[in-house]
Amino acid sequence: MNIILTETEAKALLKKIIGFSKADECIVNISGERRGNIRYARNEVSTSGTLTNKNIAVTSAFGNKVGTATIDEFDDASLQKVVRRAEELAKLAPENPEYEGLVEPQKYMKANGFFDSTAGINSDKRAEKVAQSLELCRDEKVVGAGFLEDQYGYTAIMNSKGLFAYYASSNVNFSLTVRTEDGKGSGYVAKGYSDFDKLNTVSATKTALQKAKASANAQAIEPGKYTVILEPTAAAVLLENIFFGMDARSADEGRSFFSKPGGKTKLGEKIVDEAVTFYSDPAHPELPSSPWSAEGLPQEKLKWIDKGVVKNLAYSIFWAKEKGVKPVPFPNNMIMEGGKSSLEEMIKSTKRGILVTKLWYIRPVDPQTLLLTGLTRDGTFYIEDGKIKHPIKNLRFNESPIIMLNNLETLGISERVVSTESNQNYMIPPMKIREFTFSSLSDAV
Amino acid sequence: MKRRNFLQLSGMGLGAAMLPNIPIMGNTVSYEALLNGSMDVAIKKRLADAALNAAKSKGASYTDIRIGRYLNQFVVTREDKVQNIVNTESYGVGVRVIADGCWGFAAVVDAKSEADTARAAEEAVAIAKANARLLKEPVVLAPQKGFGVVSWKTPIVKNAFEVPIQEKVDLLLGVNDAAMKNGANYMNSVLFLVNEQKYFASSDGSYIDQDIHRTWPIFDVTCIDPKSGKFETRNALSAPMGMGYEYLQTNPKDKITGITTRYNKGYDMLEDAISAAQQAKAKLSAKSVEAGKYDLVLDPSHLWLTIHESVGHPLELDRVLGYEANFAGTSFATLDKWASKNFNYGSKEVTLFADKTQVGSLGAVGWDDEGVNTKKWDLVKDGTLVNYQAIRDQAHIIGEKESHGCCYADSWSSVQFQRMANVSLAPGKTPLSVEEMIKDVKKGIYIIGDGSFSIDQQRYNFQFGGQLYYEIKDGKIGEMLKDVAYQSNTQEFWNSCTQVCDDRDYRLGGSFFDGKGQPSQSSAVSHGSSTTRFDGINVINTARKI
Repeated sequence: MNIILTETEAKALLKKIIGFSKADECIVNISGERRGNIRYARNEVSTSGTLTNKNIAVTSAFGNKVGTATIDEFDDASLQKVVRRAEELAKLAPENPEYEGLVEPQKYMKANGFFDSTAGINSDKRAEKVAQSLELCRDEKVVGAGFLEDQYGYTAIMNSKGLFAYYASSNVNFSLTVRTEDGKGSGYVAKGYSDFDKLNTVSATKTALQKAKASANAQAIEPGKYTVILEPTAAAVLLENIFFGMDARSADEGRSFFSKPGGKTKLGEKIVDEAVTFYSDPAHPELPSSPWSAEGLPQEKLKWIDKGVVKNLAYSIFWAKEKGVKPVPFPNNMIMEGGKSSLEEMIKSTKRGILVTKLWYIRPVDPQTLLLTGLTRDGTFYIEDGKIKHPIKNLRFNESPIIMLNNLETLGISERVVSTESNQNYMIPPMKIREFTFSSLSDAV
Repeated sequence: MKRRNFLQLSGMGLGAAMLPNIPIMGNTVSYEALLNGSMDVAIKKRLADAALNAAKSKGASYTDIRIGRYLNQFVVTREDKVQNIVNTESYGVGVRVIADGCWGFAAVVDAKSEADTARAAEEAVAIAKANARLLKEPVVLAPQKGFGVVSWKTPIVKNAFEVPIQEKVDLLLGVNDAAMKNGANYMNSVLFLVNEQKYFASSDGSYIDQDIHRTWPIFDVTCIDPKSGKFETRNALSAPMGMGYEYLQTNPKDKITGITTRYNKGYDMLEDAISAAQQAKAKLSAKSVEAGKYDLVLDPSHLWLTIHESVGHPLELDRVLGYEANFAGTSFATLDKWASKNFNYGSKEVTLFADKTQVGSLGAVGWDDEGVNTKKWDLVKDGTLVNYQAIRDQAHIIGEKESHGCCYADSWSSVQFQRMANVSLAPGKTPLSVEEMIKDVKKGIYIIGDGSFSIDQQRYNFQFGGQLYYEIKDGKIGEMLKDVAYQSNTQEFWNSCTQVCDDRDYRLGGSFFDGKGQPSQSSAVSHGSSTTRFDGINVINTARKI
């Protein structure tokens, strides 16, 4: 049996499995994937490998009693076995008052996240892409450490009410850190695509190379409040902490940034500058994602923050029933609307400020205010009178992305970025922020 | 350490759906399936030999195979409800080879025949050969004698997987109830159990069967002030341990009494939950700290994380050499500092050692994941940097003849690489209790439990928070404080260490989720210490108004 099933094959297999069910309700998830990666450091390949994985998960319910069983084998005897096992577990399980029940059949948006180019990668192609990057690093006498990872596969779901959903996707992430031989300069680049053909490791390597050379011999500046220009890679790791917190239940319960005194939430309230709009969209051409959630709920184009106002929070099926609202699944992607300014124009219009190309080790300090700490990394530059003046030493910040988006000056054009913290891909623009708080200096390069 | 807080499993608080890295690995299985014995070693040996032979015939100069069965159990509750009981099993093989001087690795799920393991071996060789043309320097592997057929098991008293689910549910619901009765508005608790059944074989002639157990009970209490809408939390003061269910059976000698009770090799979850509820409530009205310089008295339940970030990581040789430059980072503790034999990592009070044998620790195993027997060695001796943590393909770089035995992969599907050993601060040599230490502090803060943590990629500048903070004034513990975080630089910090309590106070802390590598892997690691004093550390106030 194939590892990666087509939609027709997946549907036939799911029907067969559901056919074995004797429970009140039954949900079946199946998936298959292939992954490959190559890693290099000190201008040499280090480790690399491939992984093949497939799985069937059956959830059976008798009333509110639910059991799940899984299996890796796809023959008929195994399929029957996994269904029986899920049913036995359900009968033994305690009542689950938060059991969400089955979702009725749904209509989903079309989203194309699968590219043959990515599925067709083999160890030679992978080695070739990395060779181009390695050669540049060796020729330029800098030290490269990078990672190329590709994945393709599918997931599909069917339930006993007739809901069926299928999504195939592919993804490639490339990242590279270039350091000068003396260890005094460091630059970074990360690129994420669904389509492998879009990946250009030569131009990406040149970006990291340029940052490494330009960041050498950094000077110290006094920590304090500065105007900053955040490149999208730097902004993403701060903003995703807002996205992760957009859960209605914890807001209603009074234990999130989105809570208000007296059991209320910030839904409908303006929390950041009116230039800020975040939305999710499975059909976004640059960032396609699955048009359905893990439970089979449709993912639609949805605004989360619109012109600075909180428009939606995620409601699980259980919590939506409790609150008498429509369930809203956590989105599978997130896009921030951009502006028109280029990075160069933002620098040009800055009297005195700091260009931050990457941030590192972001951790929450206070969930109440979404206060985060972390440091700049791999290229930080001082701007004076509209020009990059010189590289500066890395700085630790203590800042909340909410305060930051209230001090927003300018937005650039959104681009696909890879979060260096969660590995999640987003569309995020570069942005200029007033009074960003740096609290101490670091000697790290 | 990774931000993987497995409380996210229950979907509480954060958006679990968008977090791609929740640490559930493997398939959900029935509870009974977890009790099935692992595959017969004779069959494993046959599967292993098929891979070793296949790789050799394709031209590999070295091969190892790991046949792994990884079991997890999570029991997840909140207040008076069981939210989830998840049993997972993951089985597969990973084959690693050197061919044409280059590493190659391939992993296959559910490989149960000799043809499956041979195929994985052949793919690993093909990858090694494809990449070898990019290579300038072939891999140099420290020699390792084969151990023949051997085995090792975590010395547990009570296998946690054999304890009935109902007993675990009753424990957690009882703990939740106690917290609620003592003022908690919300209470989440989780029991997290791990069993790694690992079989390793290599072309050096080792066939090593290991059975590794870990246990981690945790909770998170939330108290809310309805008027202001402010909330405070207090997490469990438990430690993840390389132990069985006996960790949850407390013995009076495992309790350290004081301003709050802390725990050594046995954890009283119920008692800690009651204290936590009371303390989370007290935090709501605690005094906000005044920023400035303080002498810090750090409890082992807090200090483990500072040791982890500022000592464990910078002394990993792969980071020092640049192998982690693209993700986890490099290190300030460069080879020239080590070679000088006089780099002052810390004050004379500071001796830090690595240990893969310590009983009860998360890192304890008989052999590492490349067939090297484990041991204990010094990293910083009386303040001076003396060594790193190195594996077989790095040992020659620091003039060592053999690996330190700290190679690990978090799954059959991940390639093994250098991971942190348990790195611990040696207890003080002169008798000193916590009370005696505090008596001499004029203006200080006593910190218990781990909290927010962040450090730069070369491990100079860091910031840490905790769970509980108490003011120390003229030798006495005073009011509870909040909004506390301290910032320092690794070398300055360890050189400001003036006193370490003796071994009566020595305890382990740790995490299941130390993150490193690409693709990212999690490793479980413990760090021991006694309560320790650091003078003149910069404390900031973290409160903000929005």
